Amino acid sequence: MVTNVFIHAMLAILLPPLLIGVIARTKALCAGRSGAPLLQPYYDIARLWNKGSVFSSTTTWVFRAGPLVSLAVVLTAALLIPFGAPQAPFSFRGDMLLFLYLFALARFFTIIAALDTGSSFEGMGSAREATFACLAEPALLFSFLALAKLSGSFSLTGMLAHRSVVNLINDGAPLLMLLGGLYVIILAENCRIPFDDPNTHLELTMIHEVMVLDHSGPLFGIILYGAAVKLFVLGALLIHIAFPISSGYQVLDWGVFVCSQLLLAITIGLTESLMARLRLVKIPYLLAVATILTAFGLLLVLR
Amino acid sequence: MDQLAQGVSLSANLVLVATLLAGCSGIPGLFLGSRPGRGQIVAAWFLVAAGVLGVTGAVIHLFRERSESFILSWTLPFGTAELSIDPLSAIFLIPIFLVGACSGLYAVGYWPASRQRGSEARLSFFLGTLVASMSLVVMACNGALFLIVWEFMALSSFFAMTVSDRDRQVRDAGLVYLVATHCGTLLLFVMFAHLKVVTGGFSLPAVGSLDPNSGYATLIFLAALIGFGAKAGLMPFHVWLPAAHASAPSHISAMMSGVMLKMGIYGIVRVLSFFSVPPIWWGVLVLVLGVISGVVGVMFALGQHDIKRLLAYHSIENIGIIAIGIGLALIGRTMGSSDLALLGMSGALLHTVNHATFKSLLFLGAGSVIHATETREIDLMGGLSRRLPWTSLCFLVGSVAICGLPPLNGFVSEFLVYLAAFSGLIATESWLAAIPAMAAPALALIGALAVACFVKVFGIAFLGLPRSISKEDEHEGGWQMLTPMVLLASICIFIGVFPFLISPLVQSAAFAWLPSLAASSSRLPSLAPLVSIAAVNGLLLALILVFSYVILKRVGSLGVSPGVTWDCGYIEPTPRMQYTSSSFAEMLTRLNAMFLRPEWHSTKIKGLFPAAAKFSSHVPEVVLEQLYLPFLAKIQSLIAPLRRVQHGQLHLYVLYILVTLVSLLFWSHW
Repeated sequence: MVTNVFIHAMLAILLPPLLIGVIARTKALCAGRSGAPLLQPYYDIARLWNKGSVFSSTTTWVFRAGPLVSLAVVLTAALLIPFGAPQAPFSFRGDMLLFLYLFALARFFTIIAALDTGSSFEGMGSAREATFACLAEPALLFSFLALAKLSGSFSLTGMLAHRSVVNLINDGAPLLMLLGGLYVIILAENCRIPFDDPNTHLELTMIHEVMVLDHSGPLFGIILYGAAVKLFVLGALLIHIAFPISSGYQVLDWGVFVCSQLLLAITIGLTESLMARLRLVKIPYLLAVATILTAFGLLLVLR
Repeated sequence: MDQLAQGVSLSANLVLVATLLAGCSGIPGLFLGSRPGRGQIVAAWFLVAAGVLGVTGAVIHLFRERSESFILSWTLPFGTAELSIDPLSAIFLIPIFLVGACSGLYAVGYWPASRQRGSEARLSFFLGTLVASMSLVVMACNGALFLIVWEFMALSSFFAMTVSDRDRQVRDAGLVYLVATHCGTLLLFVMFAHLKVVTGGFSLPAVGSLDPNSGYATLIFLAALIGFGAKAGLMPFHVWLPAAHASAPSHISAMMSGVMLKMGIYGIVRVLSFFSVPPIWWGVLVLVLGVISGVVGVMFALGQHDIKRLLAYHSIENIGIIAIGIGLALIGRTMGSSDLALLGMSGALLHTVNHATFKSLLFLGAGSVIHATETREIDLMGGLSRRLPWTSLCFLVGSVAICGLPPLNGFVSEFLVYLAAFSGLIATESWLAAIPAMAAPALALIGALAVACFVKVFGIAFLGLPRSISKEDEHEGGWQMLTPMVLLASICIFIGVFPFLISPLVQSAAFAWLPSLAASSSRLPSLAPLVSIAAVNGLLLALILVFSYVILKRVGSLGVSPGVTWDCGYIEPTPRMQYTSSSFAEMLTRLNAMFLRPEWHSTKIKGLFPAAAKFSSHVPEVVLEQLYLPFLAKIQSLIAPLRRVQHGQLHLYVLYILVTLVSLLFWSHW
């Protein structure tokens, strides 16, 4: 048990920036470039950790609290979701709600940290972030409801960890709809193309990046790191539905989990290479599609 | 008093003394006209004492899980006047006395006699009677007595909220409130009349004693739902609420929004407890009204730029969440699922207490802001957190709590309601499962919209740079204003971090609502993992503290240089370039324009050197302006001929009275 928790924590702490590296590499290869080293995100974070900071004179303690709360939240949330092991370190009835609301807490603090600068661009980004979350949250709840009904369980561990390929075949249709919806939600929540472009600094189309424009130094490093952990943790949600493989051998299951995370990263990289960013006014439609997909998934489960 | 107190336990005595203290708190002030302020201070201490005694009594009562009643000697022909305290009343007594004490103390700093000559005596008096009458409302055990104290409550709040009646806005809001509350009372008359038909007396019937499948039962249920729903602010009966909360003095808004709305919830819960297993559509109806109030309420809130109007719409949202909990509990009752009934009712009752704390906190915070800036417009504020550090911290706690975010109390009660929805989904087969399933995504949507709304308020009002008006002397209120806010904020944190300490109290009240729950095997600790939530909340707080220490130390050691906010090459960013609440909410308002009917006014910018342009946006109270007012206008034109009866000639009025009396006399001896 102690080893399990330790490995769980190590996975959550060490692996996430690698996914960002894999996504960047995939995109580079698709574009015909060789791209940055896979470990580049680690170097970036380490470099920022050693830099001095610039704080706008308009900011208060709220500006500093934003990244700190976000990091604490994603690491706490990482303890609630299983990573290929049979159980997450914390598992109880309704932990998926805590999981969801923890991310909302992070969003709350990220947004007020952005508004603390008084910049109109960051205000714009925060308004978009708050708006799109309203469309994404019901979709997540629909998929949790469907999973709860399928598994008869109220916790992420029960919903996700004990699935097998047989389940996937029996409940193929609703689960496929959930997967589709969740994939869209994960792209939206992590501000990837087609919702946002994490590489651009063209403010007019940005959501998440524009909110952290004013952050610098170690705090900015933490923001990059926290974003990677968030991708990793939300990815785990998808992976357990998409690859419901449980061999019974712990080491093998962890291996499968890590490989599927890398596969997810490659998929995201391919999506980003193949698609352009959507026009801002179209984003609500795509999120509505995700909500409808998950709602139909639930409907199929209930029928 | 001692006649009352015979054979009554200590806890009930504490509540009675507290009620008496609160009711009398404003009286000394009426006779101390020559020494302004003295009466207000006396009233504040009376209310604080009442708060300490009343909350203690209610909490003891909840732990002892019993009910006690005492007979008042009255000679009116409406049956025995009985007051009683059971755990269900006790859970509502806590917010009444807690918020009453906070508001009383706050008033000393917020509405000081030195600035408000004359009105402060009236305000203190009606604040006291409001607290006392609400305490009697939850204790009244007789229909006639209930209506009397209900009317006392409505009138006390009316006189308290219209204290600045020189202002036209205030008078209008007061009028709408008065009409709405009396329409509600009218339905309560209908309800109690039919209760008398069914039970044969004005005493409230025993728990579970009425048959819910008769026509009378349906009528009683609907009359209670609309009559009490109008007081609670359930959509679409909420029309009086935004204007009334916005124009009242802030601590009265806190009382009305944090506590008085809950009297409507109390009424609904109490009346529902009279019936045995209700038909399924009762629960569905309450649930649907809850979802509508929740979602539409918060959408309206997003469109508001007046800080108190915005908070008022959030009350509608939170009443919606409470109604969702009640609806789920009713559905659980119909389906015989005691888990669902217990989770739903506990969630609703805990959210009642939680909403009372964080909403009063937010209204007191808003009062503090208005005290400093002398405006309610969010778009004129900005950067207040530097000048009002305590208020902004408390307001932040309230904002996080009202959004239902961990680790604060709002999360705990929403969590219970969510769990009820999930267990309803799993416990039921067939199409019925879809009904509880509807509640969870609705709650998620409400939560996300609430986050959007409160980052807007907090971000625009407290953060960034001061906008158009900035007075140099903006400062915090005195300790009388800060203490209540800090107390309420600490309660929000306490319930959030130690929810398992509060859950026995809520469970005891839910058992009083439905005694068969106590006999079943459902218990809150086994249904809701509150200890685990506390553990995760604790871990989260610990991580935040550790990270703050480590990372901020690192930041400090590497050197910090100040700069201006980076605004993409603009050399001189000005405060007027900041996002406003209007621009922040624009996307969401547009997405929901179908319900909100927002109005945008702008002048076109033309030419190379355009003239000054203006933009403004406004989200009206659609239900009032487009539904009720046209309807009422129609009625008015239809019944205009009846006006002739009312013509101002006194001798004819006397004749009316005489005729009525004589006919009544004949009727009674027929």
